[in-house]
Amino acid sequence: MNIIDRRLNPQGKSLANRQRFLRRAKEQVVKAVRDASGKRGIQDIENGEKVTIAAGGVREPSFHRASQGGVRDYVVPGNKEYVEGDTIQRPDGGGGGRGSEGSADGEGEDEFRFVLSRDEFLDIFLEDLELPDLVKQKVKQSESHTLTRAGYSVSGSPANLNLVRTMRNSLSRRIALKRPKRDEIREMEELLREAEESGGDAEQIQALREQLERIVLRSKRIPFIDPIDVRYNRFETVPKPIAQAVMFCLMDVSGSMTEHMKDLAKRFFMLLYLFLKRRYRSVDIVFIRHTHEAKEVDEETFFYSTETGGTVVSTALEEMQKVVQERYPHNEWNIYAAQASDGDNMSSDNAKSATLLRDVILPMCQYFAYIEVAAEHNMGLSALGRETELWRTYKQVQSPERPLAMRRVRSRREIFPVFRELFAREKAGA
Amino acid sequence: MTAVITRPDALLYDGVEWDYDKIKRVYDAIEHIALKEMGLDVYPNQIEVITAEQMLDAYSSIGMPLMYKHWSFGKHFARDEMMYRKGYRGLAYEIVINSSPCISYIMEENTMTMQTLVIAHAAFGHNHFFKNNQLFQQWTDAEGILDYLEFAKTYISHCEERYGHAAVERVLDAAHALMSQGVHKYPKKRSDLRTEQRRERERQEYQDQTFNDLWRTVPKPAAGQRPAKSVSERKKLLGLPEENILYFLEKKAPRLEHWQRELLRIVRHISQYFYPQKQTKVMNEGCATYVHYQIMSRLHETGQISEGAFLEFLHSHTSVVFQPEFDDKRFSGLNPYALGFAMMQDIARIAEKPTDEDRQWFPDLAGRGDGMAAVREAWANFRDESFVLQYLSPHLMRKLKLFSVRDDAEDPYLLVDHIHNERGYRDIRKKLARQYDLGYLEPDIQIVDVDLAGDRKLILQHRVTNGVLLDESDAKAVLRHIANLWGYEVQLIEVSAISEAILKEHAVTAPSGIGVG
Repeated sequence: MNIIDRRLNPQGKSLANRQRFLRRAKEQVVKAVRDASGKRGIQDIENGEKVTIAAGGVREPSFHRASQGGVRDYVVPGNKEYVEGDTIQRPDGGGGGRGSEGSADGEGEDEFRFVLSRDEFLDIFLEDLELPDLVKQKVKQSESHTLTRAGYSVSGSPANLNLVRTMRNSLSRRIALKRPKRDEIREMEELLREAEESGGDAEQIQALREQLERIVLRSKRIPFIDPIDVRYNRFETVPKPIAQAVMFCLMDVSGSMTEHMKDLAKRFFMLLYLFLKRRYRSVDIVFIRHTHEAKEVDEETFFYSTETGGTVVSTALEEMQKVVQERYPHNEWNIYAAQASDGDNMSSDNAKSATLLRDVILPMCQYFAYIEVAAEHNMGLSALGRETELWRTYKQVQSPERPLAMRRVRSRREIFPVFRELFAREKAGA
Repeated sequence: MTAVITRPDALLYDGVEWDYDKIKRVYDAIEHIALKEMGLDVYPNQIEVITAEQMLDAYSSIGMPLMYKHWSFGKHFARDEMMYRKGYRGLAYEIVINSSPCISYIMEENTMTMQTLVIAHAAFGHNHFFKNNQLFQQWTDAEGILDYLEFAKTYISHCEERYGHAAVERVLDAAHALMSQGVHKYPKKRSDLRTEQRRERERQEYQDQTFNDLWRTVPKPAAGQRPAKSVSERKKLLGLPEENILYFLEKKAPRLEHWQRELLRIVRHISQYFYPQKQTKVMNEGCATYVHYQIMSRLHETGQISEGAFLEFLHSHTSVVFQPEFDDKRFSGLNPYALGFAMMQDIARIAEKPTDEDRQWFPDLAGRGDGMAAVREAWANFRDESFVLQYLSPHLMRKLKLFSVRDDAEDPYLLVDHIHNERGYRDIRKKLARQYDLGYLEPDIQIVDVDLAGDRKLILQHRVTNGVLLDESDAKAVLRHIANLWGYEVQLIEVSAISEAILKEHAVTAPSGIGVG
């Protein structure tokens, strides 16, 4: 008997099958993910997603008998009171409701449920989204380099020694120069010893001895490994372009912003962050919050501490401009900004904000998304119909050539659709 | 508490943790009982320890350690994994593969008692059955199966590289849909290459000897005026009717590429390999359960396992052989473990301590003594259907309180037509046996005609028994697959087996754009 421990075998043997399955069910999975994403918060994404798809596309049909009609016989255990000739009320669900017949492995279901991992979920969710119009996407020639294999060299560090190459060279050189093998020397020694012991012909012994000396000398002269045999793996450094991105989160934290609104904003920011993370290797985030004055803060403060005061949007824009100038020169960084606000602004500030946005912020941004959050209960027509101060201001700035997008969000359910709308890949030719 | 005091040094193991030494000790003890006392005959064993994930993996690819890649395995894995994680379903404790050496998987999470049980159950019970049952001997090649799967896996992945995933998937999907129609139910005359060559040579020699130049002068029919072959001649040439649809398509489909035929062949071989297992569920599980029960009891009797371990074993044994009654919520048909185990015990009982009734029903078997030998004989020579027909005793029918129900869709009520009494025994036994007859369970579908000279329409026939038609939407989908392989129109006619009347027809038109040009 053999016992073999297979536990350390490579895991995920079924991964290839899973990928095939997902590819097969793609359409349905994508639809299911879209549907599901409407219902859930961002945090839940972390746990992956249980999706249910219609079994249609992944059905495995076979010839089998229908579950209804005809005459069937069953033998079942556990008779209690029946005698021959008794009739039984047909169980609900038509004929054959009790048999183990029908589908072979209970595969009759119309729906198929399974769990997508977080990565799969995000992949599918973000799949056909694209960062908009990256005309000025900067590729920074940073100091980052990677090493790539580039043939062999005759010099290098011992760690890079290529044994196979080296030994191959050594072997061919030894063959070419006819270096005596160890076995040959041993054989010769043996012969000599035998001859000496048997007290043979002195002349012959002398000849053997000379021959032995010759080959020993030869094997000493021709080294086993010569420096000219040695080969090293050669590596070349290849500069690696890094596209880097910074994301500015701007939020109004004045008294009029309720917890609900902040929650919406947070969800949106997180989604944007996840998205950028997938497109760029490193993403910096800058949090700027404002009331009547703006401040760069850390994440905790940004989302959870409250502040009171008036609302002056231009302060946040100014702060952003300052940070960009100090730390993120816009010819080296891809700059994204998302602003969340309930739309209030001091009327005297509107003109200033508009100018600032148009002349300073937008030219240096890849994308500027303005999300107007509203109270959930405020579902009346008035909420939809009335445009807020800030909305109207930004609307004036908006034009096709400016990377400014504006959306209203009222409930959690809308976050995903709005996000998708903002980044939906433009149709070809559009 | 009156526990049997066992000498601690006689115990093979203690506690729940397992390690390789313990497994080795237990294996040796079990081997001694199995081979020396029970007279089992097994392939060499190979026991592999795997994790839960690997177990899921194994049974989503139909239990084989190597399998080619296909989305349906991914689908089963996704479902099994979810069921397992949500706790709807436990994992099997073991998987055993009919190969030589016989590979049994055991899970690392199992306790030592479970490992002992699994070794007794799989490495000896199933293993003995695989090696000795005549169906397996006839149909499967235990030595070659792993090599064959290795070949299949590499071949299919080469095809994927060469012809693209989509093309391979199309053929495999179609082949999978026809898997149960891909087995030879009767052994073919085996012909090997050498006899073929010899026959060819002999034919040639005969022709040379009887050569007569005069034949050359006999006028031939004018070209293009080939005499229409009669239907029966045509069918004979194509080997029709043919119930092995995959085989027919592999050999005769006009538009398939060579590699596509090879894919069909691979699926067909795998299906054929599993054909005996489908026919011996009750016997196979019954055999393994009976063996593990005997072995565990023996280990306990001889004081080699502790009371606690034995109780743990009994707990899982009883849940395995539990048979809910028909009106129980948990009822989902007869449990093959329960029926198989009960029948094995019953056979041993009849052989050793028969009642008068048994003597009357089983004159050859009753009282012959050695129960183990009687059971071994049954394992070797039967399949589920014939096994039930031969060995189901009135005693057991009464014990299980079996009764048979007739469900006629035209009646408003179900009819209890036989119960476990003197009048009903034989009928119940016959009906139960039929429930395990694959030939009866699976629809009888055959390829009956194809006009290769004409429009090449392929005609299939389903002989309907008891008025039960095919499930329509599935039948349509499978026909679509057949049409994809065949390349031309396909028609399925459902005819009554009694009156030959046509009950229903399905047709699928030729697939567009496949293989043209």
